[in-house]
Amino acid sequence: MFDFSIVTNWIHEWLLSLMPEGWAIFVECVAVGIGIILLYALLAIILIYMERKVCAAFQCRLGPTRVGPWGSIQVICDVLKMLTKEIFTPKGVDKKLYNLAPYMILLASFLTFACLPISKGLEVLDFNVGIFFLLAASSIGVVGILLAGWSSNNKFSIIGAMRSGAQIISYELSAGMAILTMVVLAGTMQISDMVSGQSNGWLIFTGHIPALIAFVIYLIAGNAECNRGPFDLPEAESELTAGYHTEYSGMGFGFFYLAEYLNLFIVAAIAATVFLGGWMPLHIPGLDGFNTVMDYIPGFVWYFGKAFFVVFLMMWMRWSFPRLRIDQILALEWKYLVPISMVNLLLMAIIVTLGWHF
Amino acid sequence: MNQETLYIAPEELLVKMKQLKEVEKMDYLRSLTGMDWGTPEENDTQETMRGLGVVYHLESTSTGKRICVKTSTLDREHPHLPSVCHLWKGAELPEREVYDFFGIIFTDHPDMRRLFLREDWVGFPLRKDNNPEKENPLRMTNEETIDTTHIYKVKEDGSLSCTDRKLFENEEYVINIGPQHPATHGVLRFRASLVGEEINKIDVHCGYIHRGIEKMNESLTYPQTLALTDRLDYLSAMQSRPELCMCIEQALGVEVSDRVKVIRTIMDELQRIDSHILFFACLCQDMGATTAFLYGFRDREKILDILEETCGGRLIINYNTIGGVQADLHPNFVKRVKELIPYLRKNIQEYHDIFTGNVIAQTRLKGTGVLSREDAIAFGATGGTGRASGWACDVRKRLPYAAYDRVDFKEIVYTEGDCFARYMVRLDEIEQSLRIIEQLIDNIPEGSIQEKMKPIIRLPEGSWYTAVESSRGEFGVYLESRGDKSPYRLHYRSTGLPLVAVVDHLTRGAKIADLIAIGGTLDYIVPDIDR
Repeated sequence: MFDFSIVTNWIHEWLLSLMPEGWAIFVECVAVGIGIILLYALLAIILIYMERKVCAAFQCRLGPTRVGPWGSIQVICDVLKMLTKEIFTPKGVDKKLYNLAPYMILLASFLTFACLPISKGLEVLDFNVGIFFLLAASSIGVVGILLAGWSSNNKFSIIGAMRSGAQIISYELSAGMAILTMVVLAGTMQISDMVSGQSNGWLIFTGHIPALIAFVIYLIAGNAECNRGPFDLPEAESELTAGYHTEYSGMGFGFFYLAEYLNLFIVAAIAATVFLGGWMPLHIPGLDGFNTVMDYIPGFVWYFGKAFFVVFLMMWMRWSFPRLRIDQILALEWKYLVPISMVNLLLMAIIVTLGWHF
Repeated sequence: MNQETLYIAPEELLVKMKQLKEVEKMDYLRSLTGMDWGTPEENDTQETMRGLGVVYHLESTSTGKRICVKTSTLDREHPHLPSVCHLWKGAELPEREVYDFFGIIFTDHPDMRRLFLREDWVGFPLRKDNNPEKENPLRMTNEETIDTTHIYKVKEDGSLSCTDRKLFENEEYVINIGPQHPATHGVLRFRASLVGEEINKIDVHCGYIHRGIEKMNESLTYPQTLALTDRLDYLSAMQSRPELCMCIEQALGVEVSDRVKVIRTIMDELQRIDSHILFFACLCQDMGATTAFLYGFRDREKILDILEETCGGRLIINYNTIGGVQADLHPNFVKRVKELIPYLRKNIQEYHDIFTGNVIAQTRLKGTGVLSREDAIAFGATGGTGRASGWACDVRKRLPYAAYDRVDFKEIVYTEGDCFARYMVRLDEIEQSLRIIEQLIDNIPEGSIQEKMKPIIRLPEGSWYTAVESSRGEFGVYLESRGDKSPYRLHYRSTGLPLVAVVDHLTRGAKIADLIAIGGTLDYIVPDIDR
């Protein structure tokens, strides 16, 4: 397995030979920041294209086909369209909050994005309570949604924002609990350690029953946290036109759109990290030949492969189910998912204490 | 359709109507039509109706007896008649319509506002002595939404007193759903007062695509009036147009050939399937199941293709004529319909797989928006909505027309009355429609497709009311002729107006999301409400 820390160290040494350490770190930070933003935009484009094609396949359609080969330039054209659209601010909005809201959402999703271990040695933020940081950072997003709804001076927006407040905060609980279950199994909160600890089998296999339950709960809760159908109540277009981002146009709307897709990816990527071994190739203990072959596939391929697999699962959910109602959403969370994940956490603790895992 | 016609003077209208309702069990108000019979003239006989009035068509759901009641007042300055909306809840919106068009004030009506026209409209356009264009130029200002309504009462001395009633209080959280809203299926506007997510009260605003079709009819010749029927309920074009044709044919005493009858029946059922598939698709879309939406559209396309091949039109079909149909069936018609039947059977199963059985769909539809049988009848909510509440109101069974008397099909009736029942009624009806087509498609009799008609059609003097089962309920035509080449009055019983009237009743205490499910399953179409 290729270790990217060789490359990063080499760059660090090279920069040190040119400038003092403080400057070198500053330059590195800027470079990493730009890298993340570029990757972020690129992933959003890929995800939107993927969503269009996947949903077209589910709906007996073709999806975009005209612009570029297989319609691949379509999304880029859409981005250009969005960039050139007029941005207008409706009357009576709270200007400061209204303009701040999209950035709050982007901020949350950037912070979370930076935690993802894309390949060996390519972790940007990696410290001993990484998972905690990740959960905390992802919760900032709801502030942006509430701000957007509140500041828009629109009744639909405020209903959408209130719905999403209730929904996201509730579902964070079971998503967090599902991840915590896996933390118990992995024995660490540092993301890089968690991944390297899965070299002898991904956690979803080693943790068997409780891990599987946690995975399913996490998928449901993750979908709800991204506001994607069947949990897309905050924007439920047939009820609230567009919910909290009704009054946004141009890039303001573009940011919400971008963040929605990236949050989808982030949720999938966390699932890939925590349950499916992150960049760790598939290893079967005892089959050394097989394991060596698997190691030849680069880590980021594994990582993106797994993340996109989970993304596909979530798109499958979205395009198959009708939307829930607000009371049903909360009932599902508080009456079913939370108790189940609590019991599951307990079960996992027992299994780990007794050493019944693989 | 021969039925008893009664004239009741306005003074005793309330008493007599109450008697009809309670003694004769006339619990279903089929149609309420405003009329302007003009001012009295010298050569009037005892029989001649004069003045501003209303025609009520009543039916008893228990005995099947039908009656037509006419009333009129000669006062053109302040015409007023007693309201019957406490006897038949379904009279509330039609009475507002009559007020809007004829200026007849209904006393004791809880909500005497205009229904379709703007609040600042001058005059009452369907009065024969009114020229709407004269006093109503195109106004460039927006219509103010007024939150008060009026209740009129008759004072001791016979004059009217007016009290104001507030629709929404200042502190109520009122949101506007529509006129441009994805779930209102057209330009219909609900003002919903919310308490959190729950709906407290809904006020319906209609008229955003009101085209004055009934007024236009009065200056068009009979063949010309046909063209407008396709534009009423565009998903029942193949039912409303033959309905007007049948009404005119009945008035003329023309009997169409067997071939025409069978063709009309098959087309009618194809249209019904088309409409019900679209109902399924739109309901799924409203509830967030986008995939099912496109499944529906995929299959609807096949029906539209068949219609297009024979009729040349897909949505506005213009196929039926007085005394026949426009063109003979396309040579491919029988073959393609026969291919369609197994194809649809297979795909309806797919609908059940993706949506009916879904646990989310079931929990959202079951138990929400329950309409009792009594309320369905009182509001006159016919069609799938009425049948889901246990009211067997299918006109095809009650008063068979075209070729319905010779086919075997089941009238789908559910008793739950909730959204899920309304949904299931439509899906099951698709199967029954397929059965009807199956029985007829192999035995289309030979014959002429068009009876010989005079170049200018004049109807004898008289009035007729006929009805058919359109895709969403009883579609009726009230036609009054004075022997001219254009009708004196041509009124359509809207299938959607009663359905919109029940929205407020069904959504009290429901959630916003339920409003969408209720609206979706009631399946109203706005051009048919607004006319």
